[in-house]
Amino acid sequence: MGNCVGATWLPLEDDGVHDPLAPGVRLLQQPAEALGRLTPDSAGNYVRWVEALDKGEIKPREALRSKAAPRFRDDDILLNLKGGMPIVRFPHRAHTLWLDCSNCHDHLFKAVAGANKLSMFAILQGEQCGVCHGAVSFPLTECTRCHSVARSAVNGKPAQAAQGGALVPAAK
Amino acid sequence: MTICRGFRQGANVVALALLVLAIGCFALPAWAEYADVVLNKRAEKEGVRPVVFPHWFHRIRFRCKVCHAELGFKMRVGANDVLMSDIIDGKFCGACHNNEIAWGPERCDLCHTGKPGLPSGIYGGHETGGPGRW
Repeated sequence: MGNCVGATWLPLEDDGVHDPLAPGVRLLQQPAEALGRLTPDSAGNYVRWVEALDKGEIKPREALRSKAAPRFRDDDILLNLKGGMPIVRFPHRAHTLWLDCSNCHDHLFKAVAGANKLSMFAILQGEQCGVCHGAVSFPLTECTRCHSVARSAVNGKPAQAAQGGALVPAAK
Repeated sequence: MTICRGFRQGANVVALALLVLAIGCFALPAWAEYADVVLNKRAEKEGVRPVVFPHWFHRIRFRCKVCHAELGFKMRVGANDVLMSDIIDGKFCGACHNNEIAWGPERCDLCHTGKPGLPSGIYGGHETGGPGRW
């Protein structure tokens, strides 16, 4: 249990949500069998999902019947430019590997850098980024994965802090 | 002062001993895998166990957008009204659970595996006090 790389996954019959008496439980794949082969993480499912995808450890389908070309975007958006915590780097790439634009735009976020008023209170309540983070993507205990760009590194010129990909600073 | 400090140290030792005893006596809490979803809006009323939907299993095989954009699952527990008749008609889970991509809807026992009495919701560790609406 807890925050250590290489943590084990509970068997389904002991996980508190499956009924050990349900006849189907013993037929289902166990998390340890599937997740133990993937790049490990210290939180959530203990899997670095984006890395697992990039390395080809998993090959999740892009579509079922849709013939539309998948939409990718690989720029970074800098957020929280005036707060106290380190600046947030939002990577479009990691998100569009999994999601379609319509999953976030425009009902959660306007598609203009700087136009969205983000709040950790809302996020902790399951709004904004918290629709996924804290529920299915890496949890909200991992502050520095988002708050990842030192203010001193930016020095008023966010574009120079880029580590690959174009950076779009939020205007406000 | 010394007596007072001695008393407080004694109390700390007792508290520590109780804590160790408590950890030793009770089994560690069982945790669902992160992002497991229990669906029980209708299941138990209809006489079957709740459904446990494992996000981890599905995201190995599908990107989020397949279900959450193409199939129309809203990203909020309880926001999707999914009936077995929809699934049999090939909607929602039935887009794959059709005996072609995955097992078909007649395999009740493979999805309806939840503990009786569990409310709908997203389960798993690493909770932070929120998100409150899940």
